[in-house]
Amino acid sequence: MKVKTLSKLEKILAAGHLAVTSECGPPRGSDPEVITKKAEMIKDHVDAINITDNQTSVTRMCSLAACIRLKLMGLEPVLQMVTRDRNRIALQSDILGAASYDIHNILCLSGDHQSFGDCAQGQNVHDLDSMQLIQAVRHMRDEGKFLGGGDIERPPNMFVGAAANPFADPFEIRVPRLAKKIAAGVEFIQTQCIYNMDKFELWLKMAGDRGLLEKVYILAGVTPFKTAGMAKYMKNRVPGMEVPDELIKRMADTPKEKQPEEGIKICIEQIQRLKEVEGVHGFHVMAIEWEEMVPEIVEKSGLYPRPSVD
Amino acid sequence: MIVADKKPIEEIIEEIKDDEKILILGCNECVTVCEAGGKKEVGILASALRMYFLNQRKEVKIDEKTLERQCDHEYLEEIRDVMDQYDAVVSLACGVGVQFMAEKYQSTPVYPGVNTCFLGVTEERGLWTERCQACGQCILARTGGICPVSRCAKRVLNGPCGGSTKGKCEIHNEIDCAWQLIVDRLKALDRLDDYENLIPLKDWSSDRAGGPRKVVREDVQQ
Repeated sequence: MKVKTLSKLEKILAAGHLAVTSECGPPRGSDPEVITKKAEMIKDHVDAINITDNQTSVTRMCSLAACIRLKLMGLEPVLQMVTRDRNRIALQSDILGAASYDIHNILCLSGDHQSFGDCAQGQNVHDLDSMQLIQAVRHMRDEGKFLGGGDIERPPNMFVGAAANPFADPFEIRVPRLAKKIAAGVEFIQTQCIYNMDKFELWLKMAGDRGLLEKVYILAGVTPFKTAGMAKYMKNRVPGMEVPDELIKRMADTPKEKQPEEGIKICIEQIQRLKEVEGVHGFHVMAIEWEEMVPEIVEKSGLYPRPSVD
Repeated sequence: MIVADKKPIEEIIEEIKDDEKILILGCNECVTVCEAGGKKEVGILASALRMYFLNQRKEVKIDEKTLERQCDHEYLEEIRDVMDQYDAVVSLACGVGVQFMAEKYQSTPVYPGVNTCFLGVTEERGLWTERCQACGQCILARTGGICPVSRCAKRVLNGPCGGSTKGKCEIHNEIDCAWQLIVDRLKALDRLDDYENLIPLKDWSSDRAGGPRKVVREDVQQ
C-alpha cells in the first residue's frame, strides 16, 4: 500500500515490516512523569505508543495532552479518541490540536459505556460513531475540509486506525464490519486482545477470502496475563472478550509466584504463532499496568531491534 | 405511548405537606395504560395521602379527578371552574400534561406525581420498554425496523460496538444488543447485505440538540 501520511507507523507497515505498538494509560492525576516513565520503559521496543482515552470510562489525564508529552520526547504517539465524550465540534477541534503537534496517528473508537466508570451518572455524547469518526478524519485529511464544509488551513496529516473485535457477537458480521470500516476509510486496525487463536485465524481467513487483507494493515492485539485471576476476570467480566478454558487452566495450574512468568510465556507463544499468519502486519502489545514487560515480550518474540525508516 | 413510573410518595408529600386542599389529577391516556397515572392510580395515591395526613392529625381535603387527556386545551378546560378551590394539584400525567397544566393555570402550583420515562411499548403487564427517542428523523427503514438511537446504549448508527456479547449489551446482560436485533431482522428479511451500507453522520438538529421542537401543519390548521 502507498504511504499517504507522515506517520512513522504507516511507513514501517508500508515497508513490509511487522510493526509493534503498545499503549500507555494516562494517570488519574496531572503528574506528567507517569506518562514519560512508562514511555521510557518501552520506547526502544515499539514503533508507536497508543494513549488511551479515558479507558473504561474512568476519568484520567486527557489522551491529547499525554500524546503531546510523547511527541516532546521525540516518540510516535497514536491518539486514541472515543466518540463517547465529544461532539463533532470537539472531535474536530482536538484533531486539529493534535495535528498542530504533528501527531500522525489516530485510533477511532466509540468508547466503553460510561456506566463502567467513575461518572456513571454522566451524559454520553455519541454524536458520531466510530465509523463516522473514521470518515470525519479522512474527510479532514484528504479533502482539507471541516465536516461543516469550510476549508482547513494546514489539514491534519493522520494515519487512520480503528479497533476490531473478532470475538464480539454476532460473529457472522465481524468480517462485514471490517469491510464497512475499510469502506469508511480505515487504514490500520488494532484488534481486541486475542486469546482464541483459532477463531482469530478464521476471522482473518474470511477477511482474506473477501480480499480485505490487501486493503488494511492488521495489528494483532495481545495482552499477557499477570495472574490466573486476571485470566478469569478477562473471560467473565470484560465485554466481548473470549478466553479459552485451556489458557485459564494453564494459568491456574501454575504456582502463584510463577504465574506472571507463565503469562508472558503464553503471550510470546501467541505472537510466534501469529507472526506466520497471512494478514497479520504487526502486534499491539497491551501490557495493562505492566509496561515494564513489553521489552522482554518484544525481544523474546524476535521482534527486536525495531526497524528504522526515514 | 409515553411510559411513566410512579414517584415515591415521600417525594410527593414533601411538595404538598403544607397544603390543605389538593387535587389529584389523572390522565386517561398513556399513563393509564402503563398503570402509573390513570383513575386507579389517582384513587390509590389519594387514599395513601389521606392516610398520611390523618396520621399527622392534619385536616386536608384531597379530591380526585381524571381527565381524558392533559395535553389538550379542550380537556384541561374542564377543571377551570374548580381550580380556585385548590392550593395545589398533583398531576399524574406525563411531563407534557404537568407543563400544559402549569401554563394554563398560572397561579396554582402543579406538582408531578410520576416520573416520565420514555416512548415505549407494553411487552407484558408490568413490563414496559423503550422504542423511540423522538429524534425527529426516522431511520428505521435503514435498520430493519429496529431503532439504534433508542435501543443502543451508545446510539451507534453503524454497530454493533465491540461490547455485544451473546446478543446482549455490554451495560447489562438483560438488555438486548440493538445491533444483534438489527442483524437478525435483516437476515430474516434476506437483506443482510444491507448491513454494509454505511449510515452517514446524522443530522441531530431535529433531535433535542436543535432546541425545543415544533411541528407546524398548515394543511390542518384552521
